[in-house]
Amino acid sequence: MIKLKTPISDADIRKLKVGDTVSLSGIVVTARDAAHKLMVEERPDFIREALKGSVIYHCGPVVRKDAQGNWNFVSAGPTTSAREEPYQSTVIGEYGVRGVIGKGGMGAKTAEGLKKYGAVYFHAVGGAGTLIANSVKKVLTVHKLEEFGTPEAFWVIEVQDFPLVVTMDAHGNSLHQEILDKSKKVAEALIAAI
Amino acid sequence: MKLKESMLELLRRAATDLPPDVEAAIQQARNSEDAGKPARSVFDTISENITLARTQSTPICQDTGSLVFYIDYPEGKSEKAFREAIHWAAKEATAKQYLRPNAVDPITSKNSGNNIGINAPYIHFHQWDKDEVRIRLMLKGGGSENVGAQYKLPHTPLNAGRDLKGVRKVVIDAVTNAQGLGCAPGIIGVAIGGGRDTSFALSKEQFFRKIGQRSEHSDLAQLEVELLNDLNKLGIGPMGFGGKTTVLDVFVGVQDRHPATFFVSVSYTCWAFRRKTMIIKNDEVQYD
Repeated sequence: MIKLKTPISDADIRKLKVGDTVSLSGIVVTARDAAHKLMVEERPDFIREALKGSVIYHCGPVVRKDAQGNWNFVSAGPTTSAREEPYQSTVIGEYGVRGVIGKGGMGAKTAEGLKKYGAVYFHAVGGAGTLIANSVKKVLTVHKLEEFGTPEAFWVIEVQDFPLVVTMDAHGNSLHQEILDKSKKVAEALIAAI
Repeated sequence: MKLKESMLELLRRAATDLPPDVEAAIQQARNSEDAGKPARSVFDTISENITLARTQSTPICQDTGSLVFYIDYPEGKSEKAFREAIHWAAKEATAKQYLRPNAVDPITSKNSGNNIGINAPYIHFHQWDKDEVRIRLMLKGGGSENVGAQYKLPHTPLNAGRDLKGVRKVVIDAVTNAQGLGCAPGIIGVAIGGGRDTSFALSKEQFFRKIGQRSEHSDLAQLEVELLNDLNKLGIGPMGFGGKTTVLDVFVGVQDRHPATFFVSVSYTCWAFRRKTMIIKNDEVQYD
């Protein structure tokens, strides 16, 4: 298990390889479809500082406001990352992001971006909403809550020991591509035998 | 018995308490994966999460899905009363964070904030002869919904003809294309026949079967066993990390088709397979 804390350096991120298990602490920013579209089309500055050297999380959480008016994460597993494929590489380059957490992996354009800018793709366990929410120690701020709604807002959070697996590294390797290629071959053989 | 409160409890249970048959299947799958492999650690995380969600009464998964209800009711009951109870309960459940607001207007992209919208929640009504009300609820996640597929047989690229062999081929194709994206290991609902709309509807309704509950039709029961075997050879594994468990079960349903059509629909639900049933009889409520 490799321990990582944000801000993460270019050198540290390039040491990671596919299959590494990582325990992440520090600043993470949730961003989904509306947020990615905005970051590419308008390149807003309000999120720049939070993203520099940190990690984007593809997540639309369930949140609760306590009696003191503070936000808490109730359930917060990853959402499907493929929807951000058109935007991800640009966002990583524009904002100096060192990693992206999600599920299902991403495509060739993102893989190129990871290599070019020095970043990795971390996979979280899809559906493990309650468990992951327990590793969120604090909600630092939220942007675009009114406009985008709870799942799509930018939630800037502090996490401790968020369990992750590197499935795409900064050297062009992807566990998703490997499994896809292997399973396609198996499927072809199965179908041919029926 | 207060219908509104019982409906809220149905939603809470569905979102936070995974059915025991699904949990048992996950445990069994965990034991079949090799120690030290990512597949095994995924299952350990999943199991820990299931227990935590139940204890804390918080959503198993933050995507609490689209709310799909199936209501069977005796003559004389009012659909309006059920609809009103569901709307009240969905709003309350959202306010209590049992549910995430998941109803979005496709034109404005505005989230209603309370799970209420056009056809949201979706309610299937059906009048029956029994003297009890049965309300079945499915919380259908969006990621797994995106990997569903519909095929029209014959399907030339896969050499799939208009028979059960053809069905078997296209289901293998659909699950291969899904990879880990539907939060594998999934449960697969298949429908053979019907129109495009009724085909998808039937494939989804299969999800109310219990894990291991085979079709009453012997040919379909055999197809289910064959497919379970085929699909777990694909090596996609939990989350698509590789492994022996790609699906937890396969359920196949059938309905008559038009002579000119032969649709096969494949619905996918994630391992967080949230379904609950509520039976109301003589003012008593039972959950399953």
